Amino acid sequence: MKTNGGSALIKSLELEGVDVIFGLPGGAILPVYDPIIDSPIRHILVRHEQGAGHMAEGYAHVTGRPGVAMVTSGPAATNIVTPLADAYMDSVPLVVITGQVASKAIGTDAFQEVDTVGITRSVTKHNELVTRAEDIPRAIREAFHIATTGRPGPVLVDIPKDIVDPTNPASALDWYWPETVDMPGYNPRMEGDPDLVRAAAELIGTARRPVIYAGGGILKARGAEALTALAELLDLPVVTTLMARGAIPDDHPLCLGMPGMHGNYTAVTAMQESDLLIALGSRFDDRVTGKLDGFAPDAKIIHVDIDPAELGKVRRPDVAITGDARLVIEELIVALKELGAPGNQPDRSEWRSTVSGWQEKHPISYEQSEPGELLKPQYVLEQLRDNTPDDTIVASGVGQHQMWTSQYWKFNHPYTWVNSGGLGTMGFAVPAAIGAKVGRPDKMVWAVDGDGCFQMTAQELVTAAAERIPVKIAILNNAYLGMVRQWQEMFYEERYSEVYLSPDLPDYKMWAEAMGCVGMRVESPEEVLPAIEKANSIDDRPVVIDFRTDAREKVFPMVPSGRTNSEIVIGPGES
Amino acid sequence: MPTSTRRQHILSVLVEDKPGVLARVSSLFARRGYNIHSLAVAPTDDERFSRITAVVDVEKAPLEQIVKQLDKLVNVVQIDELAPGDAVERELLLVTVEAPPETRGQVIELIGVFEGRVVGVGFDEITLVLEGHPQKLDDFAELIANYGVVALQRTGRVALPRIERRSPELSAVADAS
Ligand SMILES: Cc1ncc(C[n+]2csc(CCOP(=O)(O)OP(=O)(O)O)c2C)c(N)n1
Repeated sequence: MKTNGGSALIKSLELEGVDVIFGLPGGAILPVYDPIIDSPIRHILVRHEQGAGHMAEGYAHVTGRPGVAMVTSGPAATNIVTPLADAYMDSVPLVVITGQVASKAIGTDAFQEVDTVGITRSVTKHNELVTRAEDIPRAIREAFHIATTGRPGPVLVDIPKDIVDPTNPASALDWYWPETVDMPGYNPRMEGDPDLVRAAAELIGTARRPVIYAGGGILKARGAEALTALAELLDLPVVTTLMARGAIPDDHPLCLGMPGMHGNYTAVTAMQESDLLIALGSRFDDRVTGKLDGFAPDAKIIHVDIDPAELGKVRRPDVAITGDARLVIEELIVALKELGAPGNQPDRSEWRSTVSGWQEKHPISYEQSEPGELLKPQYVLEQLRDNTPDDTIVASGVGQHQMWTSQYWKFNHPYTWVNSGGLGTMGFAVPAAIGAKVGRPDKMVWAVDGDGCFQMTAQELVTAAAERIPVKIAILNNAYLGMVRQWQEMFYEERYSEVYLSPDLPDYKMWAEAMGCVGMRVESPEEVLPAIEKANSIDDRPVVIDFRTDAREKVFPMVPSGRTNSEIVIGPGES
Repeated sequence: MPTSTRRQHILSVLVEDKPGVLARVSSLFARRGYNIHSLAVAPTDDERFSRITAVVDVEKAPLEQIVKQLDKLVNVVQIDELAPGDAVERELLLVTVEAPPETRGQVIELIGVFEGRVVGVGFDEITLVLEGHPQKLDDFAELIANYGVVALQRTGRVALPRIERRSPELSAVADAS
């Protein structure tokens, strides 16, 4: 069948099972936008290309399927660099298609030309400038394969205009669909080496103070159930990193919650005092380890990761297993049972009671506001958590509100936490929430955002309103770049340089309404619940609630940057 | 400057012969602030692949991480780290030196001693070629500098694993004795 590059591109996306594309057209990509009119694929027209990328990420987070974004050349391509970097850091499967100037113009500084593959090389798992129309189906097939297998990540395909333009002879090709991919350098290893799995099982059998250190890789591997099964088999406590929140239900007795810079006392200290860390799909991020020299000094390490480069990157493991987290956990369970587990495990009752002692003594806490004072952000979160469905999907921006959300929310279901952990991208929440709602229209989706973050990508609520995507946004408006303010307060002698934003500029309620959303403002504790209930009842447009919160509130506990986890600072509310 | 110091490692990297591959490989070093001491890239006998020989100045631990990161590149097919003792290494050097009649004889004699050749002769200059182990090229470059180098170019090292010298039968005999 004779076809042209543009139609072949859309057809390839259809064959990959794509149901939605987030994007915005322009000159170089115009020929690809034309066949979209006749395609069953839904296209969501964003207001800024950064939004398209984060929406695709939100979609991928909650569905496990790759998110797809399509934009034009030059400034559109540079606008989508941030989401690519974000997806790269958090291993989010993404396929981004960028238009490029016509082949002959490449390298001439033509209008809207940038070296897209050059710019994005270090923030993509792979990228390719396609130079011939006949390569398009192959390139798309490979892009999806690479984005979704092994350690997932973003893949960018850059396509010059001439090879997709049906009026140009260079776009002609005979349609084909490659059934297989031929990439001799790419063969991710899924199964763990049986000898190593057995060695890991044996090592676990010697540990008196073990902790499972679950990372985002568990969720990427769709391994939440396997994780819970492993923890239950041996009665092992589990910490869930920021990226792994929900991998084991928060209300599970074995779940200790989040470790790290703003982790809770028990999760941080249990890791610190452990004699064995079973690291599953986690990467020993510096926000988790604190000062590396003093991190979990007595712990032996079992490290399981799909990406061999993670093994030994930060801390040398005693047993290192390359493989898919879900498969390796399942193999580990078999090996443990073969060795006689749970019967053969050492007595860990002392460790269990130490851990539960910490939990009792150091719950996460804060001080309620006095009458007449501004709202406590933690109170708003508790109310949100307790008055939304248990399986609500929550997206967050980056800053104090992000840490409070991770601390105070109860994630009892996997794939309900949509977050920018690795890059820490302000402006992530609103578009990511929109993408999540597109992926899971059956679920309620809330974004918890900071006033600073909100101002970076709020315009995507126009997209949501126009497309009738009813997300709900809670702005914790403390009138400051709060996390930065916290550091200035604690480490820069309260010299508040360039962090004040103002609570009223912009007027968030009016802004929300101008964007086609329902806007509300909440200033006192009594107004919180009614506002949440009203928001929950609205299902035909986005809702924005401007919660006026207390700027003096800080995130605790905290391991100050550059310190060891033993130097954790607990909040004033804790004993 | 000597080419072989303790921190140097030879990486022999088989890659798909596609645009951008060299940039991917070299940027892995660049973003971590490591220098590539020498780099040679050319097609292999299999038209799908090229081989990159990179000599890098890195300590062992970061090198292991770099090798793993290289291995993640989709177009990288295989990586061998060659210890200098286990590798056959070769390099080519071209040099044009000042060679007025007074010193010309000495220059020609020197290249003869190193088993190189004269490949171009002018009135006051002479161009020489020398192939061999990088260390030999270093030694030659040091000596020839005395005559006044006009231009010098080296190709960078190419290397392959050294073939096991003994046949299986021979090694069985050797082990028994
Ligand atoms: C794009 C981007 N720019 C700057 C930063 C640095 N940064 C981290 S948190 C933060 C403050 C966020 O303020 P806000 O959104 O109001 O949230 P809060 O901390 O007050 O909850 C800043 C500026 C960042 N993470 N991302």
